[in-house]
Amino acid sequence: MMKIIIIDDEPLARGIVKEYLQMHPHIDVLQECGDGFEGLKAIQQWQPDLVFLDIQMPKINGFEMLELIDQPPCIVFTTAFDEYAIKAFEAHAVDYLLKPFSQERFDKAIRKCNDQLQKGGSDYNTQALLNAAAQIPQQSQRVVVKSGNKIKIIPTHEIWYIEAADDFVKIFTAEGYFLKNKTMGHLEQVLDPHHFVRCHRSYIVNIQQITRIDPYEKDHHIAILRSGSQVPLSKNGYGKMKGVLGL
Amino acid sequence: MSSTPLSMIRFRLIFSLCWIIFMVDHALVLHMFGLPWKEAITDSVVSNILLLLPCLLIMNTVQYYMPQTDRYFNIFACCLALALVTTGLIKFSLKLTLDYYESFEPLLNRSLPIRFSIVFLLLGCITMISVLWYNVEEQKENELRKSGSEKLAREAELFKLRQQLHPHFLFNSLNSINALIGSRPAEARKMVQQLSDFLRGTLKKEDAQRVSLEEELQHLQLYLDIEKLRFGNRLVTNICKDDTAGSLFLPALLLQPIVENAIKFGLYDTIGETVISIKTYQEKNELVVEVSNPFDPSTSPALHGTGFGLSSVQRRLYLLFARNDLLSTSAIENMFTTQLKIPQAVLG
Repeated sequence: MMKIIIIDDEPLARGIVKEYLQMHPHIDVLQECGDGFEGLKAIQQWQPDLVFLDIQMPKINGFEMLELIDQPPCIVFTTAFDEYAIKAFEAHAVDYLLKPFSQERFDKAIRKCNDQLQKGGSDYNTQALLNAAAQIPQQSQRVVVKSGNKIKIIPTHEIWYIEAADDFVKIFTAEGYFLKNKTMGHLEQVLDPHHFVRCHRSYIVNIQQITRIDPYEKDHHIAILRSGSQVPLSKNGYGKMKGVLGL
Repeated sequence: MSSTPLSMIRFRLIFSLCWIIFMVDHALVLHMFGLPWKEAITDSVVSNILLLLPCLLIMNTVQYYMPQTDRYFNIFACCLALALVTTGLIKFSLKLTLDYYESFEPLLNRSLPIRFSIVFLLLGCITMISVLWYNVEEQKENELRKSGSEKLAREAELFKLRQQLHPHFLFNSLNSINALIGSRPAEARKMVQQLSDFLRGTLKKEDAQRVSLEEELQHLQLYLDIEKLRFGNRLVTNICKDDTAGSLFLPALLLQPIVENAIKFGLYDTIGETVISIKTYQEKNELVVEVSNPFDPSTSPALHGTGFGLSSVQRRLYLLFARNDLLSTSAIENMFTTQLKIPQAVLG
């Protein structure tokens, strides 16, 4: 028995998946979800084998939802048209379905997932997929984090700075900091390089928040933010900062 | 190819008139120097006809050989040579025609330097005028070509902006139809019809074409019906139309991208029912359309900009009206409103 969840904001789009699934009696639909929040909860609750996931959805999109899951299940993306997403799928996804898709194409996706599951779960490269998906312009304007049971969407301009903390990053904002299960490298890649500078091995700073930069010990500098927070700049980071600020 | 100045009737008249005055003057001067009327006139006619030939030659040659700006010395040399040859010819011809008048030869010899300088000056002037004329002609032609290509580029851009029917909408609609075919074939058929009518509407419209608000709203309704099928009960629209506004005009297919943008933000930013309101009215000489949608201020940084859908509308308005202030957006509490103004006089 294969357990699946369907996440799509259009009822008719969920309907067609269910209809095609009638040909696969060994598959059990655990839940249908109309948005990313619901989807996230359902995945955590049910631990499905496979998820049919739409990209454009209310509140948080498919990629953002996926970022919040620690061990994502096998995913088949369904989307109508999105050149960035498709580029990402081609490189890293198990499979993706372009709407409208046929029963044959759907069956093929199911077979692929079956093979994948038998080989040992969803061991494909979700991280690489999300990195590729981060190139979607609209997505780079906000960061989605989990805060307890709640999902928090942080517009990037509200971020003060980001600090590395083991396997996590701490995203500092006016409301305190939020943990995100991502690497500094990932965030550096995702955030707009005109506004965010990796000024130190363990820090990324929002240059719009900086009020001044003071020298600190030899070769080192320190950035003072509007909030009063202090962010260290390495020698290398200070050079990068000067480049971005046009000094 | 540019025409010669001689092809213009006005120029021909002026040119002939100048030439006659010149001939009369020539005869008069000679007479004052003591030549009888008959001989003076013969002299004037012979020398001026001989002078006319190189002038025409110059005007026609410059048409095919435009001197480069740094080659003015060559022109000078050519004029000088031509003047010399012409003066020689004049002298020779006059000798032949007026040989019978005995005191003519000393007068001719004495007046030769003056004749030469006049010929040289005149040829120089004619050359200068011709060069200037063709320069201006060439510039005019360039400008015409430039404005022509600009117009073409503008039309192509307008066409592209107008055709920017989001593929996302099209494929999602097809997917909905695909889903309906199995479960509710009658509705599938209806949706195919609506989608076809909508697509036909977007294809047949010319860009410069203005349509009445009434017509544009009908077209928009087709779009909204399809979207409502896709999103089920989540999408509610509320269209409020002023009585007088219906007969006002706006460029075709302008509302759909604005409403599409509102639906996208409204539906993707909130969970549950989304009400999109469209309000139209007349203000002074402008048609005003306001489209508003709910949004969540805490999660929508995208609303800081105008969004891609709106930027293409903005561009179209600029190309049509040369104004950038016709489209504006505002966010009040959790309502996002896009306001569009269409000046009526320019379209009319």
